[in-house]
Amino acid sequence: MSELAIELKGIDKSFGLVHANRNINLKVRKGTIHGIIGENGAGKSTLMSILYGFYQADHGDIVINGQTVNIRDPNAAIAAGIGMVHQHFMLVENFTVLENIMLGAEESQILNAGITKARAELKRLEKEYALEVDPDAVIEELPVGIQQRVEILKALYRKADILILDEPTGVLTPAEADHLFRILGQLKDQGKTVLLITHKLREIMAITDEVSVMRRGEMVATRTTSETSVEELAELMVGRRVLLRVEKGEARPADVKLSVKNLTVRDSRGVTMVDDVSFDLRAGEIVGIAGVAGNGQSELLEAISGIRRAKSGTVLLNGRPVDVTGHADPAELRKCGLAHVPEDRHHVGLVLKFEESENAILGYHDDPKYRKGLTLDVDAIRAEAEEKIAAYDIRPPNPRLKTANFSGGNQQKIVLAREMERNPDVLIIGQPTRGVDVGAIEFIHRRIIEMRDQGKAVLLVSVELDEIRALSDRILVMFAGRVVGERAPDATEGELGLLMAGVEGPKEAAE
Amino acid sequence: MDFFQVFIELAQSTVRVSTPLILAALAGLFTERAGVFDIGLEGKMLGAAFAAGCVAYITQSVYMGLLAAILVSVLLSLVHGYASITQRGSQIVSGVAINFVVAGSTVILGEAWFRQGGRTPALSESGRFSAIHLPFADAVRDVPILGQIYSGLLSGHSPLTYLAFLMVPASWWILYRTRFGLRLRAVGENPGAVDTAGISVIWLRYRAVICCGILCGIAGAYLSLSAGAGFTKGMTAGKGYIALAALIFAKWRPKNILFACLLFGFLDAFAIRYQGFAFPLIGKVPVQLMQALPYILTVILLAGFIGKAIPPKAGGVPYVKER
Amino acid sequence: MSVPYAKLPAWAEYGLIPLVNLAVAFLISGLVVLIVGESPLEAAYHMINGAFGRGEYIGFTLYYTTTFIFTGLAVAVAFHAGLFNIGGEGQAYVGGIGVALACLALDRTLPWYLVFPIAILGAAFFGALWAMIPGWLQAKRGSHIVITTIMFNFIAASLMNYLLNKVFKPLGSMSLETRTFEAGGQLPKLDWLMSIFGLSVGSAPFNISFLLALVAAFAVWVLIWRTKLGYEMRTMGHSPAAARYAGIKEAKIIVITMMISGGLAGMMALNPIMGEQFRMQLDFVQGAGFVGIAVALMGRSHPAGIIPAALLFGMLYQGGAEISFEMPSISRDMIVIIQGLVILFAGALEHMFRPAITRLVIGLSPKTRDVAATKGA
Repeated sequence: MSELAIELKGIDKSFGLVHANRNINLKVRKGTIHGIIGENGAGKSTLMSILYGFYQADHGDIVINGQTVNIRDPNAAIAAGIGMVHQHFMLVENFTVLENIMLGAEESQILNAGITKARAELKRLEKEYALEVDPDAVIEELPVGIQQRVEILKALYRKADILILDEPTGVLTPAEADHLFRILGQLKDQGKTVLLITHKLREIMAITDEVSVMRRGEMVATRTTSETSVEELAELMVGRRVLLRVEKGEARPADVKLSVKNLTVRDSRGVTMVDDVSFDLRAGEIVGIAGVAGNGQSELLEAISGIRRAKSGTVLLNGRPVDVTGHADPAELRKCGLAHVPEDRHHVGLVLKFEESENAILGYHDDPKYRKGLTLDVDAIRAEAEEKIAAYDIRPPNPRLKTANFSGGNQQKIVLAREMERNPDVLIIGQPTRGVDVGAIEFIHRRIIEMRDQGKAVLLVSVELDEIRALSDRILVMFAGRVVGERAPDATEGELGLLMAGVEGPKEAAE
Repeated sequence: MDFFQVFIELAQSTVRVSTPLILAALAGLFTERAGVFDIGLEGKMLGAAFAAGCVAYITQSVYMGLLAAILVSVLLSLVHGYASITQRGSQIVSGVAINFVVAGSTVILGEAWFRQGGRTPALSESGRFSAIHLPFADAVRDVPILGQIYSGLLSGHSPLTYLAFLMVPASWWILYRTRFGLRLRAVGENPGAVDTAGISVIWLRYRAVICCGILCGIAGAYLSLSAGAGFTKGMTAGKGYIALAALIFAKWRPKNILFACLLFGFLDAFAIRYQGFAFPLIGKVPVQLMQALPYILTVILLAGFIGKAIPPKAGGVPYVKER
Repeated sequence: MSVPYAKLPAWAEYGLIPLVNLAVAFLISGLVVLIVGESPLEAAYHMINGAFGRGEYIGFTLYYTTTFIFTGLAVAVAFHAGLFNIGGEGQAYVGGIGVALACLALDRTLPWYLVFPIAILGAAFFGALWAMIPGWLQAKRGSHIVITTIMFNFIAASLMNYLLNKVFKPLGSMSLETRTFEAGGQLPKLDWLMSIFGLSVGSAPFNISFLLALVAAFAVWVLIWRTKLGYEMRTMGHSPAAARYAGIKEAKIIVITMMISGGLAGMMALNPIMGEQFRMQLDFVQGAGFVGIAVALMGRSHPAGIIPAALLFGMLYQGGAEISFEMPSISRDMIVIIQGLVILFAGALEHMFRPAITRLVIGLSPKTRDVAATKGA
């Protein structure tokens, strides 16, 4: 066994009453790619932040290259040879690449002296690791993949031997991810140690030498990658065998309820996020939209639900045109039978500071049944909230409790209860089980199937491919804003993966 | 008096009126580019003017007065920093609070110490900044145009005025050509980037706030040691807010600040000198309109009718490490 | 999820913390009194005595309270929608136009109880108008409301100066004010209310607009917590993204909220113009718009908190006048200091003592600790 680059001994960290890391022990060998895998909220990011000096552990030691070090702040981490590529890039968007790379490592009080040197060093690094990037380009004008490259260069510029990457592929296309993996392989060949944080099993299997699994703040196992399997890791991650098979009968698609034609959406910067998307959604079917996060799914949902203005295209809801390019009104759409469970329940679907009962009418607060004269009928609102709490087993069953005090799964049930109990014709759902505990996932999946069986048209967006495959009757794959293919739910993961990577994209779209 | 002479005089008073605006707007530039909004420029200037008046009178030294002004202004900045950086309180609320505390205490303390109705005693020559007369200013006074400009406009200002105008390129240089400036601008856009680069966000922002205090201190000292001969109650009279308006009008850029302050200073100087002046075509413009014009112009700019003022991205938001 | 502070019981959250913040503000004010060479205890005595010692004093205290209820409500309403209306001062000032116009036009022909409703509408209309412009600019043009409302305070000052000079000033008069209103422009005092408690209002201008302020406070409570509009305002204040999702029209709510806020600020003008001076004078607002910020922060933007906070500032203003009479070295500017300190400690530094208080409260009561533990989990 070769030397250890990192050894963590008994790391423990609590935030207030949340125990994020419990007695973590970890050994990472020099010159390897070591994966850390775990579900969202398992404590991976906290652990890495401790290693990078962003937080201090309550207990425990960090040993780097055989020396116990006290990592008080990122400076100490940098001095110990640790570099980190954050999930959300830590770049100054209106600075150039060079300025970003120099920031914090400027060498002298006056910039000019350092700039030439930095430029030369950057050139050398670019060559050594094949990481081309224009030093004078402004960050906000660069694509995400290149921005990530700048983050890696930042770490190398600071002479990092150990590179931590936190969920690096979340924002990348499969092609960009492959490129990243090649870079990581090169870094390893040069003797660097790479720590890869992810919740994607496929990445772990593809690239790591060893893998450690975290679950609920604890480090549950470390395996040599070549000696383990996806199944074993998945079981370690979740703690029991997950069977993402939902019982469901045959779909009985009926009339078209939602018809999207040539929809194009641009974001505030003018970048096309949804590009000429067309599809029909019928009553009694679930259409799943698969894709890597950031390929336009969010914008598609927002445009259909009237939150975001589309550039062009038409949408028919129940045969009636929706003014998606003008002043589509979410409140009006609700009245026409559209229900929307948004991707981000914390900021969009709920007001966390409201009482549960207040959130139970969000978006439907206009309904005359909640009104008594000129004022809101608070008693009626609370009574109805209690009914939904009972029907969806929301805990604790208290309509007057602040919504922030409910767990993720129960918060999601508050949103689902509100949107499903309205008997909508069309239900669009984004990320139904993100940050939701396992028990609630089963409940939510069952409810979605029930909605379909009641003859609702369901549009489902999820970045969890397994979820899409388990629930959908048809799968549309989005890549770079376009629908690049349609498949049946029994399509193989590999086939869908290729579509999500955009490999077969242009040809399909041209049809 | 010929037209050119009128122009020179107007320009001269524009320069005088603009001096505290430039200093205060640059002060605001340093903290706002670092992501700490400051509507307390007014209060800091007022506190500084008061401290300068008191100390210059007691010590009979203009430099001690200046030093005291800077000290008080920096202290007030640190209160703002403590509230908005360390305690992560609302930057606006903190600025408002400081303006009030200073407005009240300068009067109370001034009255308690000097009993002159909230004024500090009039300063003698040694307690004030005397004007600097550039070499040969008197000799060339009668040379048309160039001589008039030299002796009438360029010469004969307070040293603090020359300092204020020098501070414009100096601030530019500090912000765009030094390590401190690079980091300061970075922390106003994305404090996370600064933190992960191993630089303390808190200390960096405190330093920006201290820079603001120093400049506001000089601006305040100018009011009581140069423009006036001692402190009078409420002597900033909204200049801190005009400076704030100028800073926004300048879109947070040093060079633009110079022009914005000169413009607002000109409007003020014109309004004072030519009350009831009849413009060709428009006729008489009420002096109140002239006084309100800087604010109206800033509102129009903010509304995006003439260009768009985009504030630093992380401005007004306390930095919290995210998990 | 990060839990920065454990949840405190309501009495600590809404009682203890504001009280501690207030106490610190007063403590520092006491230090200023010491620096000036006077006794803070004596000052406190004169303040309390000056505010409540006699029926007349109480009348003055409640007169100021009336003013601050209006401006405090104005700031609070905007806070609920996530807007910081720092322009109450200018809105109250411009609101005076409505009062003055109503009185000047009708005071000789109509009795006060007919002029009053018209003046209320006028005050609210002009105040709302002055707040609507910054609201519209924020909603449609994205200009920062804090900056625009500050600018509008100055613009209002210039505008009113001009109007008093050129429009309202009677011919031949030197001072910048309207003529004195006749009976129809004078609000009756609330001496009957005072006499219930066996007190005499004396020369204090405690008038019927106090009752209007209380009605306004109740109306604001109903608006915020019991109407659809209030629900939409609060949704937007907490989460603009959720508001958009819910189909709430952001621009409309911003403009309406600002108009309500400005209208409340404008109604403040009734109290000094129709209730005390019986004419509109230059600078009649005298900083009351800014006191409203302190009142709203102290009162946690809830009418039930705003009324006592306004009373506190009423006491400061009236008691402060008494102090300056008894102790000449402490002028009424002392109030401005206290006001600033209250804004600082109840606003910008409101969380400063929270960790210590949380430790104390949770340490004291085991029951609270359990509750906190289950909620955090």
